[in-house]
Amino acid sequence: MNTCIECGAELNIPTGVMMGEILPCPDCGVELEVTNLTPLTVELAPQEMEDWGE
Amino acid sequence: MSVRVGIVGGTGYGAGELLRLLVDHPEVEVTQIISSSQAGAFAHAMHPHLRGRTLPRFISPDALADCDVLFLAQPHGEAQGHIAEYAARAERIIDLSADFRLRDAAQYTATYSEAHAAPEWLERFVYGLPELYRAQLLGARYASGVGCNATATLLACYALVKAGMINDAQPLIADAKVGSSEAGRTPTDSSHHPARAGIVRPFALTGHRHEAEVRQALAPYGWFDVRLAVTSVELVRGVAVAIYVSLPAGMAEKDIWAAYRAAWNGQPFMRIVHDKSGIHRHPEPRLLAGTNYADVGWEYDPATGRAALLCAIDNLGKGAAGSAVQCMNLMCGFEETTGLRFGGFYP
Repeated sequence: MNTCIECGAELNIPTGVMMGEILPCPDCGVELEVTNLTPLTVELAPQEMEDWGE
Repeated sequence: MSVRVGIVGGTGYGAGELLRLLVDHPEVEVTQIISSSQAGAFAHAMHPHLRGRTLPRFISPDALADCDVLFLAQPHGEAQGHIAEYAARAERIIDLSADFRLRDAAQYTATYSEAHAAPEWLERFVYGLPELYRAQLLGARYASGVGCNATATLLACYALVKAGMINDAQPLIADAKVGSSEAGRTPTDSSHHPARAGIVRPFALTGHRHEAEVRQALAPYGWFDVRLAVTSVELVRGVAVAIYVSLPAGMAEKDIWAAYRAAWNGQPFMRIVHDKSGIHRHPEPRLLAGTNYADVGWEYDPATGRAALLCAIDNLGKGAAGSAVQCMNLMCGFEETTGLRFGGFYP
């Protein structure tokens, strides 16, 4: 089972996922980048840093 | 056959929200709305959003008849003086005021600076927050209302208190931003539009009465030093609470997520709002107007261990009438979310 490295939510990994693909976490919304396929590894994708509404 | 519902104190904003929820509730019929000032008037005279809906006219208090569920939506201090009379009229009572929220008469006196008129009734009421007292509310005969600011404060911190991640060694100082409808229907100098529009007005930074019910609800986990600091802002409906705390060293985001999931998964009106993307990353009261939802979230700095615990509600919804109808559903054996599924509007 793959889980979000930010919040621990279970991830629904699509069949045929590709290196570099960005997967959003369904719970916390963080974007996870696929950095390895065997074994499947995800890391936090770079986040936008601009002001998002303040 | 529908459950017959009455409302005593039918002209206030809480009663108006109750009527809006009850008029579409498939299990109940509103059979009487009591008002000492508006007897004979149509309900929409005081609650214009209910024009065209099938509701009885206001009747005077001496015309109160038997019913199955009686909601009390009077000003603070009114219900306790007549509670035996009301109990003789209705099998079940839900009181939206502060009269029966505290279980201890001495605590009531200390909080409200007066002796309770019916202290023997305090133990008979269940505190009307289903998220914490669901088991006690199932089939109960008497439920109190909830303080709107108390509700938001409790729900903001409860997950981490329950998980033991914060304890009573540190104070819980809740910064609450609140809308004008909290002040009720009766206008005052401070609620006059030219005086209130556009404000960010601190009005109760210490000694808020709702602190007592928060302490009471958290008592199974310790005697928390709860302090509410309330500021009026440019909202009609809504409460947004932030509680600033220190978490144990080494805590990770995943740990906080786990605590929130453990507390709130399966609770139909609790939503965790803690997003890493988008513009609505934290709970916001504006999105909750007219709903019974409570949105909770947090912001955490692992470098310092400091966290802000957040909750937003509609003070008239989850903070009053919504929770009261949810209590009725549990007390009467209805499905818990009946009549409460409105999801809000956006933008």
